Amino acid sequence: MKTLNRRDFGVEFGLALAAAILLPATKARADDIEIHIDNFVFQPAELKIKVGTTVTWTNRDDIPNTIVSAGKFRSKTLDTDDKFSFTFTNAGDYKYFCSLHPHMTGMIKVE
Amino acid sequence: MSGHDHGDDGVSRRKVLECMTWAGTGVLWTITGGVPRSLGIIDPAQAATAAAPGMTFLQISDSHVGFDKPANPNALGTLEEAVGKINAMPAKPSFMIHTGDITHLSKAAEFDNAERIISQTKLDVHYVPGEHDFIDEEVKLYRERYGRDTKGHGWYSFDAGGVHFVGLVNVVDLKAGGLGNLGAEQLTWLEDDLRGKSKSTPIVLFAHIPLWTVYPQWGWGTEDGAHALEYVKGFGSVTVLNGHIHQVMQKVEGNVTFHTARSTAFPQPAPGAAPSPGPIKVEDAKLRAMLGVASINFKQNEQRLAIIDTPLQG
Repeated sequence: MKTLNRRDFGVEFGLALAAAILLPATKARADDIEIHIDNFVFQPAELKIKVGTTVTWTNRDDIPNTIVSAGKFRSKTLDTDDKFSFTFTNAGDYKYFCSLHPHMTGMIKVE
Repeated sequence: MSGHDHGDDGVSRRKVLECMTWAGTGVLWTITGGVPRSLGIIDPAQAATAAAPGMTFLQISDSHVGFDKPANPNALGTLEEAVGKINAMPAKPSFMIHTGDITHLSKAAEFDNAERIISQTKLDVHYVPGEHDFIDEEVKLYRERYGRDTKGHGWYSFDAGGVHFVGLVNVVDLKAGGLGNLGAEQLTWLEDDLRGKSKSTPIVLFAHIPLWTVYPQWGWGTEDGAHALEYVKGFGSVTVLNGHIHQVMQKVEGNVTFHTARSTAFPQPAPGAAPSPGPIKVEDAKLRAMLGVASINFKQNEQRLAIIDTPLQG
């Protein structure tokens, strides 16, 4: 069985989260934030961005996923390595989830 | 083991071996599990009695036609093997149910390929959709093929061999952070459907996602499944058949037997045994022991239906 153990997973996830928190500050341009879907988890699961930022999600799972924020945006079904981008033009909190696997949730805070 | 061998030649050596394999499978996930279950594993003796006459139907699930990732590059091929296994059964089952995820991506060609293979069983097939069957842009391909004579998103009931069967849809309108969902309209319909039925009528509920909570961390359960189970409480014999989790799992609660079937496409990990419920890649030689179909035998005056899971190999 090809799996990561919980500890490895936790460390990797922690690093991804740390990278995501650092990312907006170190980027010269604010318009190319990336979120990956790995192991049925949005990484990073929570993100703070500036108005005008484009976020691109990439599905790296072997199973299709979607990105849906009720009333705000909805991706097509993303097969493996498919991408979906959305540009946030209004401030606010955007909760989103995968409509196929609703236990997958994420949040983007736009300032 | 097919559970359909009849005649008076007793239990063949091969069948005993198959039973042992099956029993081993049951033990395996008793150990690796972590949630309450498997109280009602069918033992080989019980399996042997299933050879007696009665109505037998088959459950096939999660064929994921179109899936071509490393966990199984040829899901259509393993579906074909499952159909071969069904066709080789010594007694022809009355019909088949398919508990969803017929296709991987709801493409027309995937539905067509699935139909081409499954129709080779020459059995009536009663389908319910999985979430993978509703992801075409207009969400119409499943309904065009299998939605005729159904209500709402595709639920329906029928009677066969004295058993009342109810096919439910719990993959639509899922809520963020939640599990599978039946919805108020379907629950009202179910309550009406069961009203007036004699309490001695055996009931079979089938749906894609487990109606009981298997592992909510991975979404393996149905938000309002308990409501559906409320309506069947008074019945003497209730069997709940699901797919979605690509592994055999069973538990018994009072008069209700819950059972999930293997996939014919790829295995998924036991709850919590991996970082995610994604497909697991096993050695090629082991794949077919983790895929399979289930056959369910009903005999009048026996409260519980005998469920026998048959792997494609082993």
